[in-house]
Amino acid sequence: MEKTVNQKAWFLVLPVLVLVAFSAVIPLMTVVNYSVQDTFGNNQFFWAGLEWFKEMLRDDRMWDALGRQLMFSGIILLIQIPLGVFIALNMPKSGFWVSFCLVVMSLPLLIPWNVVGTIWQIFGRVDIGLLGHTLAAIGVDYNYTSDPFAAWVTIIVMDVWHWTSLVALLAYAGLKSIPDAYYQAAKIDQASRWAVFRYIELPKMMGVLMIAILLRFMDSFMIYTEPFVVTGGGPGSTTTMLSIDLVKMALGQFDLGPAAAFSIMYFLTILLISWVFYTVMTNLEKREG
Amino acid sequence: MAKITLDNLAHSYLPSPKGEDDFALKELNHDWADGEAYALLGASGCGKSTLLNIISGLLHPSQGRILFDDVDVTHASTADRNIAQVFQFPVVYDTMTVRDNLAFPLKNRGARPQYIADRVQQIAQMIGMEAELGKRARGLTADAKQKISLGRGMVREDVNALLFDEPLTVIDPHMKWELRTQLKSLHHEFGHTMIYVTHDQTEALTFADKVVVMYDGRVVQIGTPQELFERPEHTFVGYFIGSPGMNVIPAAIDGQMANIHGATVALPQAYDALDGKVEIGVRPEFVTLTEGEGLPVKVRRVEDVGRHKIVRADLFGSEINIVAGEDTSISPDMTRVTFDPAHVNVYVNDWRRAGKAA
Repeated sequence: MEKTVNQKAWFLVLPVLVLVAFSAVIPLMTVVNYSVQDTFGNNQFFWAGLEWFKEMLRDDRMWDALGRQLMFSGIILLIQIPLGVFIALNMPKSGFWVSFCLVVMSLPLLIPWNVVGTIWQIFGRVDIGLLGHTLAAIGVDYNYTSDPFAAWVTIIVMDVWHWTSLVALLAYAGLKSIPDAYYQAAKIDQASRWAVFRYIELPKMMGVLMIAILLRFMDSFMIYTEPFVVTGGGPGSTTTMLSIDLVKMALGQFDLGPAAAFSIMYFLTILLISWVFYTVMTNLEKREG
Repeated sequence: MAKITLDNLAHSYLPSPKGEDDFALKELNHDWADGEAYALLGASGCGKSTLLNIISGLLHPSQGRILFDDVDVTHASTADRNIAQVFQFPVVYDTMTVRDNLAFPLKNRGARPQYIADRVQQIAQMIGMEAELGKRARGLTADAKQKISLGRGMVREDVNALLFDEPLTVIDPHMKWELRTQLKSLHHEFGHTMIYVTHDQTEALTFADKVVVMYDGRVVQIGTPQELFERPEHTFVGYFIGSPGMNVIPAAIDGQMANIHGATVALPQAYDALDGKVEIGVRPEFVTLTEGEGLPVKVRRVEDVGRHKIVRADLFGSEINIVAGEDTSISPDMTRVTFDPAHVNVYVNDWRRAGKAA
């Protein structure tokens, strides 16, 4: 068949190119630019090659932050995913309480992140905070500004409070999509509650749970605002996550070169882990099939 | 296997039903005989699935009782009733293999592993899925999944009844026929009480010993396929069963004669004066197109459906269908119809009325 040749059609792609360029390519290239150059100020830059990357890889500070970051993401995933599923399973399926639950659950998701941080920062204070004061009153030695363990507990509980709803809502959506006939068949087959969960609910939720895990992983891996507001990365650097460290380096110390190299490795790490996650989980799903 | 008795049973989906219209299932008394195969036939939304779900215990009736072998099970759970039910859309446990799917109801009831293995093999053979036993259910076609559902329904030998809720909707036509035949032979072999919900008359008539026709939440007739054909108790039965359905013609009845727009038709029986909406019903199979005598009609078109011809004609402004033999030639001179007097039924307000013995 004869095809019409019209090179003008390329213009139709232009808006997308412009959009992507401004939203992703240009900012990213600026960072790449910084990461391979050095400066002594005065806006004079010279080529540094991969020097910054090598330096960053030798730097314990980044590895420590990465370790803390992985621990944080791991812990919140281990709590939020099962807890979210548990909440979704216990939510009402119909009636007035559905909307009530949905609204209540959505509330934490709607609060701006630094407000969440502020809420918990005040909530946990031993002098005026409800939580901190109560704990102190019943004799628990709790002070997130001086005790690393208390600081960790605080930011983890905060993140669980903030984001478990998301997992629960996604899981709930997955549950709602299961036709009644499945539950009826299970009743007729005399399946136990556990079997219903294991063989009907969990498989049907797998798709949304995968998305929930991926979203929660990426988000928690990039967390900045809330711990920054609550603990400022302290006590010491015990709650300094990757992005907090990055901001300290880039804006606090104005080490643009190392910070840029850091950024790129950070970005690639998230990309890599997400890709591995996604591949493993889709393969799992295929193998099940 | 059990006799199932419905005693004053009715169901409404509303919390406090007022009139009869609020009931999805109107009051019903019926015995389902032990070991018989029933088809529950009716248009969509007529209450057949409601009735089925009440029998299986998935739904609790608003009023009345259900008895299995004269034991009241109205408040018993589905599991206690020991019922198997197959749903319209395939319900399989995706992550399990076909074998585990079939074994699931037995495992849950704590059957011996050897028995389970034998029984699963038997069922797999019956549904023709022996080769797929080790496969996961997820990747299978809708056909295959529904076969698994059917298999899971049949795997328990001691069930009180087997209920089917339009189970062959998603199955390919040739497979439909095969599965239906298998269900039937299964029924002959094990003698389970079976209730089969469908809106497909062919399915109902070929599967069941007795067909229960439902219309608007009410059972309008229970009978053998032949009874439904020859003596529909309600105009709906006449219209719903048969292809095309029964001709229903408004008429005035006078003794043993029906008067239609001045023309008279002989009836098999005599009637007293009738009140209400009076109609006569005659199946297209018992209408003959002639040249000489009878009621005047105007032939609109003739459809040749292979085994016979269907003549669509106009009788006093309303449509009448006539079934003519495949070899009958339809000529333009044929402008009259006669009815076989033995097969003319009289309906008052849609219900069949028997006349005085002739």
